[in-house]
Amino acid sequence: MQASSLFNQSARHPLSGPRGIWSVLHIDPILLFLLLTLIAGGLFVLYSGADRNLEVVKAQGIRMGVALVVMFVFAQLDPAVFRRWSPWLFLAGIVGLAAVLLVGVGAKGAQRWLAIPGLPRFQPSELMKLVVPMMAAWYLSRHYLPPRLRHVAVALLIVLAPMAMIILQPDLGTSLLVGAAGIFVVFFAGMGWRLIGAFLAMLSVAAPLMWFFVMREYQKQRVLTLLDPQSDPLGAGWNIIQSKTAIGSGGMDGKGWLQGTQSHLEFLPESHTDFIVAVLAEEFGFVGMLVLLVLYLLIVLRCLYIASTAQDSFSRLLAGALTMTFFIYVFVNVGMVSGLLPVVGVPLPLVSYGGTSGVTLMAAFGVLMSVHTHRRMISA
Amino acid sequence: MPWGEFKDIAAERRLFQRRAFVMLLLVFVLLGVLIARMYQLQVVEHDIYTTLSDKNRVQVQSVAPPRGLVYDRNDVLLAENRPVFSVTLVPERVDDMEQTLAKLRGMLSISEEDMERFQRRLLEPRRPFQELPLRYDLNEQEIARLAVHRHELPGVEVSAELVRYYPHSTLTAHALGYVGRINRQELQRIDPVNYAGTNYIGKSGVERFYEELLHGRVGYQHVETNARGRTLRVLERENPVPGEDIQLHMDLRLQRLAHDLLDGRRGAIIAIEPSTGGILALASVPGFDANLFVTGIGVEAYRSLSKSVDKPLFNRALRGQYPPGSTLKPMLAIAALDSNAVTRDKTIWDPGYYQLNSGGRRWRDWKRGGHGWVDLKSAVAESCDIYFYEAAVTMGVDTMHKYLSDFGFGEDATLDVAGALSGLLPSSDWKRAIHSEPWYPGDSVNLGIGQGFMLATPLQLATATSVIANRGHWAEPRLLKDIKGDQSIDEALPTGTHQSIELENPDDWEFVVESMAEVMHGNKGTARRAAKGAPYRMAGKTGTAQVFSLAEDEEYDEEEIRERLRDHALFVGFAPVEDPQIAVAVIVENGGSGSGTAAPVARAMFDAWLLDFSGTDSEIVVGSSGEGSH
Repeated sequence: MQASSLFNQSARHPLSGPRGIWSVLHIDPILLFLLLTLIAGGLFVLYSGADRNLEVVKAQGIRMGVALVVMFVFAQLDPAVFRRWSPWLFLAGIVGLAAVLLVGVGAKGAQRWLAIPGLPRFQPSELMKLVVPMMAAWYLSRHYLPPRLRHVAVALLIVLAPMAMIILQPDLGTSLLVGAAGIFVVFFAGMGWRLIGAFLAMLSVAAPLMWFFVMREYQKQRVLTLLDPQSDPLGAGWNIIQSKTAIGSGGMDGKGWLQGTQSHLEFLPESHTDFIVAVLAEEFGFVGMLVLLVLYLLIVLRCLYIASTAQDSFSRLLAGALTMTFFIYVFVNVGMVSGLLPVVGVPLPLVSYGGTSGVTLMAAFGVLMSVHTHRRMISA
Repeated sequence: MPWGEFKDIAAERRLFQRRAFVMLLLVFVLLGVLIARMYQLQVVEHDIYTTLSDKNRVQVQSVAPPRGLVYDRNDVLLAENRPVFSVTLVPERVDDMEQTLAKLRGMLSISEEDMERFQRRLLEPRRPFQELPLRYDLNEQEIARLAVHRHELPGVEVSAELVRYYPHSTLTAHALGYVGRINRQELQRIDPVNYAGTNYIGKSGVERFYEELLHGRVGYQHVETNARGRTLRVLERENPVPGEDIQLHMDLRLQRLAHDLLDGRRGAIIAIEPSTGGILALASVPGFDANLFVTGIGVEAYRSLSKSVDKPLFNRALRGQYPPGSTLKPMLAIAALDSNAVTRDKTIWDPGYYQLNSGGRRWRDWKRGGHGWVDLKSAVAESCDIYFYEAAVTMGVDTMHKYLSDFGFGEDATLDVAGALSGLLPSSDWKRAIHSEPWYPGDSVNLGIGQGFMLATPLQLATATSVIANRGHWAEPRLLKDIKGDQSIDEALPTGTHQSIELENPDDWEFVVESMAEVMHGNKGTARRAAKGAPYRMAGKTGTAQVFSLAEDEEYDEEEIRERLRDHALFVGFAPVEDPQIAVAVIVENGGSGSGTAAPVARAMFDAWLLDFSGTDSEIVVGSSGEGSH
């Protein structure tokens, strides 16, 4: 065991075989392969979803290239760096969110963007998807695990504060994803099952309260629409009806690439962004959906493996939480497009057209690669 | 607390791995949910969603069949289809409806009605991106104006449809009828599938009777449309079956002549080819422009037509029910002979009046002082009323009723003439039922000269005349001569049910025909002036129908009676006598006397048919009629 670790240590030097190169680059080749497969397949579907608009595919390709660079950069940083910077990043994120609420810009009655002169516009809430689990992991890993009630309470405060600020923007979808990322940290840290039970019970009480006090009219409408799309088939129910029709009409092996009538004849809305999975389901059928879901499963499996083999608690908690957040994206998106969940603006990770979330996700994978490749020599 | 030093690293790792395992289970469960959902949608409910998807993209559009054309016997087009342009709006593409409508009102004349109809349809549920018509039948200037301003008017389009057009509108309006927009009642009775693309339906005349034949069968096209309702391509097309082109017995030249002859008057002319029953001319004057009704007549125009004292919308030929007057005498002569009420040689003394019993009411003869000694032939030729009063009383109402029904009175004997009325043929039963009175001999007296209760349409008179011309053989009046397509005419044209009239002595036909010829050619014939100089022999009977009845012994002075109260002038006849080619009934409302007004009209019709048009129509052989002219 020690010998092999020594060997690994020496393997970090260049010129010691292909495995060595990946270590030097701080890249996990398996995860990279899976991600590239997903991105490439995604571009393929996007070409159809965007109705053969090559410009859209090109733009997405460039974005994914940028995201890969971001991933690569994040992978070079030692997990310790993330840990050290966590409180400061969190502080900066909170300030950013506050700034958004005060001077943010946006559209459709929601302020989500921060326009600082000289910098590209960005969404602090998007950043918080990374920073909140980092901060929670930082805080909890400073103490013995499993955490005591006190620590859990502080950790939940760390999660809830930015969540509340994001809800105010308002952006319920992002807020819930940020919250989920933080909660996963607390869960992985070993929060007691009884506490989890109490927490879930609290949630079930909070849900109706949310309905009456937090959720806006359009959000309630989305939930109602989910329950009965036919109540307003040309309005709010249109998206769900059309995406279910697209998926269902795909059948076992689909209508064929570029042959989807729902998307190409413009019945399916958002066919290259949030609802792109309906395009895939229509054109590649149940088989295509299985392939996609298995691909996501493999990524999740690889990431959970990376998390459980991480060397310290901070890395473990962060890696585990980021992995599960990624999976939640997939579940929420596919669930919403197939009519299981209300319509919330969650893209299909690494496939939907659009920049910010792709970059954040690839940054998260950069963190995972960093966790996997920056290994310290520790004697057992 | 210093980092890591005092922590149980292995225990924390194990704790994490346990938790990761729980998460892994969660991942599997949630993925399982998604896969199950996909399986449900894509495999279990696949058919439902395939149907939904096809319903989304595939629209079935009906394609209206072009309506069959109508020709006259010489292949002159009487009814055709021409493209009519209308302006339509697609509300979804219109930026500002108020402004767009205001602009359109500046460019086109849009009536309040059009506006109301449009606003109503705007509020009704409809498919997205459906075109809503605003105004029909744009003229060329309006189309040009719209074309110029098109870029300022998004969502406004000019669309074309085929609409019925009658090139000889006023001439043929009463015979052909017209089509119009399908109204609510018609919507209830038509086949909604076959009329899915059709906006017009035959409202009257030939257009109505042969609606099914002329309409054709609807076609379909399956078109792929996108979510905005724009048609992208035609997937499948089943062409409509066009309506059959049909040919009528009518001769437009004769029809025009009939109109010209009645020009400035009110009346009707029916001309029938006795051998076939084909209606050669069916004129009711004044007529109207049938084209006005096709796309919908304006309220003002309709009011002026319907309120006119001349009643141009009233089809006198089919629906005008007049007392037939003396034109009924030839038929009554047949009845009297065959029922042995009179013999050919029976002679009576006509003192100028008739009494059922001495001292009773006096029925006057039209000729003051009477005709003196008259036999049957001269009774017809001179139209002696007294002779027929007596014959009528001898026959009784039931005998007259039987014979007159054999001639087609009291029923609509036509095969395909929509809207023809049946007149009124009284009988003792009828009088008891309607008037709760027995039939008095005096009623028979009146019936003997076609007055009293009796009513007949010009078409019925022409039909009965045609039966006499045929010497009892029935050929029911009909308009349809031929179907241009494959369909056999027998399927479209109802078959006649009338039996030929068999007389005990068939020579009686010739006797009565000869007596009718005497009307035209005899020294005392009432219409002898009208037959002067004809190179063929004709048979006829004049008639005068009283518009109101005169009291007994009341002197009546035509001059003093306002024009509208003058008698109707009637004439029935056929020619040539030996080989009848044409039978005619003429009525000139308030025309005065049959001999003075109606007979010359019939003569003009005979001349035109037998002499002027014969050169072009091989079916008419003049030679034989020329021979028998003296």
